[in-house]
Amino acid sequence: MEISKEKLLDLYSTMVKIRLFEDRIVDLYARGLVPGLAHLYLGEEAVAAGVCGVLREDDYITSTHRGHGHVIAKGADLKLMMAELFGKKTGYCKGKGGSMHIADMKIGILGANGIAGGGIPIAGGAGLSIKLRKTDQVSVGFFGDASSNNGTFHESLNFASVHRLPVIFVCENNKYGISVSQAKHQAIKDIAIRATSYDMPGVVVDGNDVFDVYGAASKAVSRARAGEGPTLIECKTYRWRGHHEGDPNQGRRYRTTEEIEEWKKKDPIPRLAERLLEQKALTKKKMASIEAKLSEEIEQAVAYANESAFPSIEEMFEDVLVKG
Amino acid sequence: MRELTYAQALNEALKQCMQEDERVILLGEDVGVYGGIFQVSAGLLGEFGPNRIIDTPISEAGFVGACVGAALTGMRPVAEIMFIDFTTCAMDMIINQMAKMHYMFGGRGQVPMVLRTNIGAGRGTGAQHSQSFHAFFAHTPGLVVATPSTPHDAKGLLIEAIKNENPVAFIEHKKLYIEKGDVPEEMYRIPFGKADVKRQGKDLTIVATHAMVLRALNVANELAKESIDIEVVDPRTIVPLDKEAILESVKKTGRLLVADEGPKTCGMAGEIAAMVAEEGLFYLKAPIARVCSPDTPVPFSPPLEKAYIPDEKNLLPAVRRLMEYA
Repeated sequence: MEISKEKLLDLYSTMVKIRLFEDRIVDLYARGLVPGLAHLYLGEEAVAAGVCGVLREDDYITSTHRGHGHVIAKGADLKLMMAELFGKKTGYCKGKGGSMHIADMKIGILGANGIAGGGIPIAGGAGLSIKLRKTDQVSVGFFGDASSNNGTFHESLNFASVHRLPVIFVCENNKYGISVSQAKHQAIKDIAIRATSYDMPGVVVDGNDVFDVYGAASKAVSRARAGEGPTLIECKTYRWRGHHEGDPNQGRRYRTTEEIEEWKKKDPIPRLAERLLEQKALTKKKMASIEAKLSEEIEQAVAYANESAFPSIEEMFEDVLVKG
Repeated sequence: MRELTYAQALNEALKQCMQEDERVILLGEDVGVYGGIFQVSAGLLGEFGPNRIIDTPISEAGFVGACVGAALTGMRPVAEIMFIDFTTCAMDMIINQMAKMHYMFGGRGQVPMVLRTNIGAGRGTGAQHSQSFHAFFAHTPGLVVATPSTPHDAKGLLIEAIKNENPVAFIEHKKLYIEKGDVPEEMYRIPFGKADVKRQGKDLTIVATHAMVLRALNVANELAKESIDIEVVDPRTIVPLDKEAILESVKKTGRLLVADEGPKTCGMAGEIAAMVAEEGLFYLKAPIARVCSPDTPVPFSPPLEKAYIPDEKNLLPAVRRLMEYA
């Protein structure tokens, strides 16, 4: 499909933003500034950028434990994100959520989610809400290959299908559920075939090719906005790092270095950059300036997080219930 | 005043809320043409149509999760889970999603949904359709837990639950659905955390929930003949719990019996007893007693089930024992 030059630059910029953000977290995590868990999105940037690149600000997403890419692509504020990852009171969740719970209702982020498969029914419910409110919004549920074995996946596809809800189910098949390979956790190779059971389109795309992702997402979103119902998109991709930053040897206990290196050759960012350079939609100089600008934004976010205070102990007791 | 059954009172609450606010929807198994397993949604499909009265697949995690998503995005969904036993199929959605989002997102996002379900043995439905584990939900910060015992309270609490911005576990009792009582025709809200003294007395306090309220009142009326004057306090919501009302009553009577149909161990009765032990021990002139279900699964055979259910046969001797302390 034809993608405008502006959109291509936008997709490129989003992917680089996610890459630089996550690279920075590698360093900050190692230095002990990011407590708890950090499940990084490195290598999968084309999926979040390609899908969210089709969405409007008022469309919804539900994300996963590996959610930084999704929320950045949906427009999350890096300062608030970084402060949250640091556990600071100025963070998205006032320091009470952390990396796995970034949410911003104003831009349709219904929350990253610490439970594998937990966000899928919630995306379906947002779809129900859209249908009943009669708007032309859409809802996207991101999840991984292993979550496609969870009941919530099947229950949500069934529900969205029977009510023709405007939902796009986006499976990021990165080949592993923590350490368990796809071959060990399911007998099928293409998760998209599960769409057949729910009478909806199921498409497989190269998750490291943003054109492919964007194209499939555009089709699914148009279909959803037109009231024609849900779609399942399976994006074949790979995470470069371990399941999380504390994963021993970055996941080499269950993956070979060769396999990781093989996938790094399919890095989605240079693949897009090469095409943009060929089409003269981008120059090396422009690439450098995009990167410099984004690096600056990330450094400002780190400074903001560093300078912010931790929550006071009293704040632990706030927001348990809505007041009034 | 006009009498309605508990089920009719809940039905009227739903109906009035749905007439007033088109964001209110009901999802559940057999809530449509069937009218709900206990007829709480009878007639609503005809008035509000299938977009708002949604017969769901047998898929508790799916539709409770859908309610969470709908609530986050501007709707006010009510989910009906046929029996509390079936909430286990949706526990992630209830415990990790519905209850957590407001807090874990630092106040960004609200989940104004109601999860209606029911507890209670006594219908011969065995170990998977008769449990009373409402205390599970009270043990999960982030949820309001309502426990109506009368038609009046059922209507007022359900209207409050639907209009409230918090996620509410609304726990009905299946033996109460056919009980009748006075119910005002207009809409009214019963605030959460306000206990109701169902009977005034000076000798002994029974804090009772759900059907235990009726059983406690029966015992109180029986023992009034012996000049034992029992006060029955119904918390109406176990989260938030009206500690003040309970402590005030215990201060007056000096004796406390807590009656709750959950299994005794780690149940709501134990929680209320512990609260009074911590905050009102010196008001007491007798040990605290609990009348609860035994720590067994609910048995099927009628004589076993009858023995299992905590009721007047358990309350009477418990009261008499406490009255032995001067």
